[in-house]
Amino acid sequence: MTTLTPLTPPTARLRGRLALFNPTIARITTRALFGQRRFLLLLPLPVLVVGLAVLTDASGVHPREWVDAVVLDLGLTVVLPVLALIIGTGVLGTEIDDGTLAHVLAKPLPRREIILSKLVVAVSVTTVTTGVPLALTGFLAGSPSLALALVIGSLVGALAYCALFAALSLLTRRPVLIGLAYILIWESLLQNILDGTRVLSIYQYVLTVVDRVANSTLVSANLSLAVALAMTFIFTVGFTLLAIDRLRSFAVVGETS
Amino acid sequence: MSTLTVPAGSTGGSLGSPAPDAPKAPGTGGLVELRGVSKWYGNVVAVNDITMTLGPGVTGLLGPNGAGKTTVLHMMAGFLPPSRGEVLIGGEPAWRNPFVYSGLGIVVEREAVHGFLSGWDFVLASAKLHRLPNPEAAARRAIELVDMVEPMHRRMGTYSKGMRQRMRVAAALVHDPAVLLLDEPFNGMDPRQRLHMMELLHAMGEAGRTVLFSSHILEEVEQVSGTVQVIVAGRLAASGDFRTIRRLMTHRPHVFTIRSSDDRRLAVALMGRASVAGIDIDPQGGLTVRASDYGTFTRELPKIALAEQIRVQRLVPADESLESVFSYLVGA
Repeated sequence: MTTLTPLTPPTARLRGRLALFNPTIARITTRALFGQRRFLLLLPLPVLVVGLAVLTDASGVHPREWVDAVVLDLGLTVVLPVLALIIGTGVLGTEIDDGTLAHVLAKPLPRREIILSKLVVAVSVTTVTTGVPLALTGFLAGSPSLALALVIGSLVGALAYCALFAALSLLTRRPVLIGLAYILIWESLLQNILDGTRVLSIYQYVLTVVDRVANSTLVSANLSLAVALAMTFIFTVGFTLLAIDRLRSFAVVGETS
Repeated sequence: MSTLTVPAGSTGGSLGSPAPDAPKAPGTGGLVELRGVSKWYGNVVAVNDITMTLGPGVTGLLGPNGAGKTTVLHMMAGFLPPSRGEVLIGGEPAWRNPFVYSGLGIVVEREAVHGFLSGWDFVLASAKLHRLPNPEAAARRAIELVDMVEPMHRRMGTYSKGMRQRMRVAAALVHDPAVLLLDEPFNGMDPRQRLHMMELLHAMGEAGRTVLFSSHILEEVEQVSGTVQVIVAGRLAASGDFRTIRRLMTHRPHVFTIRSSDDRRLAVALMGRASVAGIDIDPQGGLTVRASDYGTFTRELPKIALAEQIRVQRLVPADESLESVFSYLVGA
């Protein structure tokens, strides 16, 4: 009843490829991400930023005052990292939790290809969901250059944050908790107390990039652009390589273990 | 492989079937080898010094729950590193080597799938991730093999456990692997699905594929495979032909509790039989009979009761659990 064709091992063909991006993985990852309840629950956050900006602007407050509170304090220190946390752990951590990652792991794909495909999805979704509403606030403040700067800043932040949180998904069983601790304790609390931690804070890189691109009096940063870009590069590449290496040695546990 | 090897005592060493150390000729993609493989987690030893070689055909990996079957399968699947020893698929290490998957298909026990995908999407994605030249045709063929063509465009979230299981099997054999590993594949299947899956595994074995499936149910292994590897408490307890193991199991000593209209008279009659090794009389009523031979005793009891005109009200095997069967095998 069953006919089976002779074996044709495609190993040689697979080995020679320079694998960087896999559309099948990206498509399934995106569909899974948008199907997650906790992701959909976070979508009101960007709406909140725009709403607050519209309200304060309409009530006659000068952009000099509300940009700091709404765009920087809420948009860049809360919305961007929290969305990146949910999305960055969502593209990998949830598949680890529910066991569906085993399907992808049991394929003859370089682990680099899996991580990079998932990061492309995470960075794109994070950049769009934070960059677009933040750009709207930039236009509202009457500064198209600030709008552009916020989109670029969102991309820079999305790169570093998503790489960090994807690596966390593979390093710990509680990536969201540890990611939140990084955002709340390291970036928000310690920054105000210890100046030295600034050079190790993704928020500071984003702020620096936004400041230099916008060239506006509305934003001021503490780092030099060169340091900010170099550190973003180190964070992004370093945590991506770490994630790839962890996935190579990823142990799939059974239901009972 | 037709002889049964049961290690004496629990010492390591020459367990199980002989493992040929001969180097493999090219084209032996279907060979699965474990060489002195152990796996421990902290102080807990999950798998203890297992050496086995699996070739083409269907092999059952039999053992009670918690014996280490999943750990062994996951090491073969490259999902876990062995703490000691080597796991080779077609001569290549399974761990940290994603390219072994081009000749290897895996169906894990944990049945997680993306519920939003249709069965067709799921199997097609698997074919594309294997970079097959014609993924649509390969997906179609795999879905036909598991008899899931009719519901293949439904979301997998709407499938029954058995249907999801078959789609996962389809995804695992979409690239026609030389080696197929399945962890408890018959769980959640109805009898018809079970029969169909057994036929499919048989056909793959006949076609020269190496098929290994785990089970804790003797009858499943008996129906699908002639060759069996028995794992108890992380050790390879027995390996070889299933019929030999089955015979050992049916002829093992056995304990029954019996209630009858006249326990003492029945005890006297039974004591004269060779198939009975000992009898205890419970003061509260009832007998505990240690039969030396399961088959003979169960055939003789009704005849004796009839001849003595004693009514047997209850006959319960006291020791029928699979664990006791396995521990007997290990102790033999």
